[in-house]
Amino acid sequence: MDALAENKVRIPSMAGSSAKLQAVDAGIETGLKGLTPAKITEVISRVLSAETGARLMAYFSACTHCGLCSEACHFYLSMDGDPAWSPMGKVKQTLWEMVKKKGRVSPAFIQRAARIAYTECNLCRRCSLYCPIGIDVAYLLSVVRRICHALGVIPLYLQDTVNSHSATFNQMWVKADEWVDTLQWQEEDARDEIPGLRIPLEKEGAEIMYSVIAPEPKFQAGLLYKAAVIMNTAGVDWTMPARPGWDNSDMAMYSGDFEIMGRLKRLYFETAVRLRVKKIVMCECGHAFRSIYDTGNRWLGWRMPPIETQHAIDFYHELLEKGRIRIAKKFQPLVTLHDPCNMVRGFGLHERARDVVKALCENFVEMTPNREYNYCCTAGGGVINCGPPYKQTRMLGARVKALQMQTAGAKIVIAPCHNCHSGLEDINQHYRLGLHIRYLADILYEVMEKPGAKELSEQEAA
Amino acid sequence: MHELYMIVSGPMMWATCVVFSGGVIYQLGRLLRLLLRKERSLLSYMSLRYSLRSIAHWIIPFGTLNMRRNPLITLVSFSFHICLLIVPVFLTAHVVLWEEAWNISWSCLPGPVADGITLVVPAACIFFAWRRLRRPEVRFVSDPADFMFLVLVALPFLSGFYCCRHWPGYEVVMIVHIVSGQALLVSLPFTRLAHMILVWFTRSYMGSEFGAVRHARDY
Ligand code: SF4
Ligand code: SF4
Repeated sequence: MDALAENKVRIPSMAGSSAKLQAVDAGIETGLKGLTPAKITEVISRVLSAETGARLMAYFSACTHCGLCSEACHFYLSMDGDPAWSPMGKVKQTLWEMVKKKGRVSPAFIQRAARIAYTECNLCRRCSLYCPIGIDVAYLLSVVRRICHALGVIPLYLQDTVNSHSATFNQMWVKADEWVDTLQWQEEDARDEIPGLRIPLEKEGAEIMYSVIAPEPKFQAGLLYKAAVIMNTAGVDWTMPARPGWDNSDMAMYSGDFEIMGRLKRLYFETAVRLRVKKIVMCECGHAFRSIYDTGNRWLGWRMPPIETQHAIDFYHELLEKGRIRIAKKFQPLVTLHDPCNMVRGFGLHERARDVVKALCENFVEMTPNREYNYCCTAGGGVINCGPPYKQTRMLGARVKALQMQTAGAKIVIAPCHNCHSGLEDINQHYRLGLHIRYLADILYEVMEKPGAKELSEQEAA
Repeated sequence: MHELYMIVSGPMMWATCVVFSGGVIYQLGRLLRLLLRKERSLLSYMSLRYSLRSIAHWIIPFGTLNMRRNPLITLVSFSFHICLLIVPVFLTAHVVLWEEAWNISWSCLPGPVADGITLVVPAACIFFAWRRLRRPEVRFVSDPADFMFLVLVALPFLSGFYCCRHWPGYEVVMIVHIVSGQALLVSLPFTRLAHMILVWFTRSYMGSEFGAVRHARDY
């Protein structure tokens, strides 16, 4: 059942009518200046003929225009059933017209199409569970993004992260020395707690390469600390790359810049090969997993990732199951779990996530809907990365998410994904829900046995 | 009148069969060609097990979340599609035609049941049209052709019902019956009605990606 339908608590709708919020975005404005009708037609035809095929044909020929996908979309639900926000409604305003008019659309049309495809769809694939025909609306809207990218009409903030990927191979302009410094600083700090702890850099032949996304060294360095404690306590033979290739994030996949996506993923896999590791373990990030497991690998011609890649949820599950990490005392406050789209509809980790949560926490309550049917955090698909101009829209689109979290009744929401984490935090503040959004690692670190650790008083004395 | 009947039920019927089967073959060929030329890699993700899992869930009434959320639409859609398929094949008058033409026969539906289910189809079309007009999310994605298809589907069933009763002027209506049925068959491969053929592929693909690659449900 959708939370909206069965909810007793009400969060008032603040959605306007069909008049969409207008955002000023320098990236889109600048891109539009370079467009002529001829260029638009040429680019659309080129992308459609060179890069699409049977899927597009089948989807457009088979869609019965039944609208049954609508109620899957959190934007549609949050905007009081305004059809312009429904999945097929969004396709109708974008790709549908482009195909029907054989690319003869105006710059104003492209402006609207870019806004819809980049900022009003999270590519969360929830609508795929609702369409009787089996149409992948997220795929259709990512074709629109690809076209907008080829036209140079891309939200500024999103393009900036792609530029960073292109220049530095990480998402946040983290400089080479900054990266190594941050790791060493975290190692040093963590040694105060666990003497002898190491963050092994560039260790060839290690069993595991641990990789994170650039926001961790940039402003969540504590997560590196916690990961180091977990790895050391579990006695894992691990390493982190000191050179570019350490960041597994990928905003190029979402901006439609598949060429950059390919470069990123190639370096990433090659880094693992260079270090001769047996497998890659990734931090709690959903989109990075999608990039490695579903999108980037395919672009490079790998049916499946060339090296075994494990998401943190699965990795923690393994450590707990094998008894390599033991729990000292379970976490007591009531918690609920947010299922990240890319980890449930993308990789089916929902039951494992629950196993981990239940192993760590005494009191757990589900939010509804859950597992594959969970609502997106409204930040995914690169939407949060489109930045401040679209935050208001994102918050309005998150009304059902806010309602869903509020109704669950737990003050602590575990979100094992970076994007979700930031998105849910925004929702928490915007709707004043009074929640705490936590990573699994936060709680695992808190409740695990740390045999080698100094007592707190010793640390303080030191 | 008789001559006209001979034409529509003779050469035009043959033409319909040719265009219909030619159209289906052409569309499938086009799909296959596009698949092999541009998206051949997708074939490597196809899984028989998960294709069947997906199809099974979507072919069984209330087998999916969205069907359970919309019981009325589920009931109407299933009745509509089932009747649409069985009426033309199992109606007494049609069984007789098959027998006369090819000397093959099978059991037919008893009269009152046949009457009832013949009317299910136009009734469902009225429901769909009403839903298209009334629900904003459906109206938003509808175009005039969507309403035309509903008329096109309802017409052979309504006219057939009329003829069965031998109501006044049924000879003329019989022509309408045959021609509208032919129009339906001819347009099927070339319009959105092609979902009847394509849905098996789109469902299989979605089922395979969700089941074999993403380890998740698609229903
Ligand atoms: S992919 Fe998600 S956000 Fe996009 S239209 Fe479908 S349900 Fe809505
Ligand atoms: S995408 Fe599927 S559910 Fe949505 S209108 Fe088309 S056929 Fe209906």
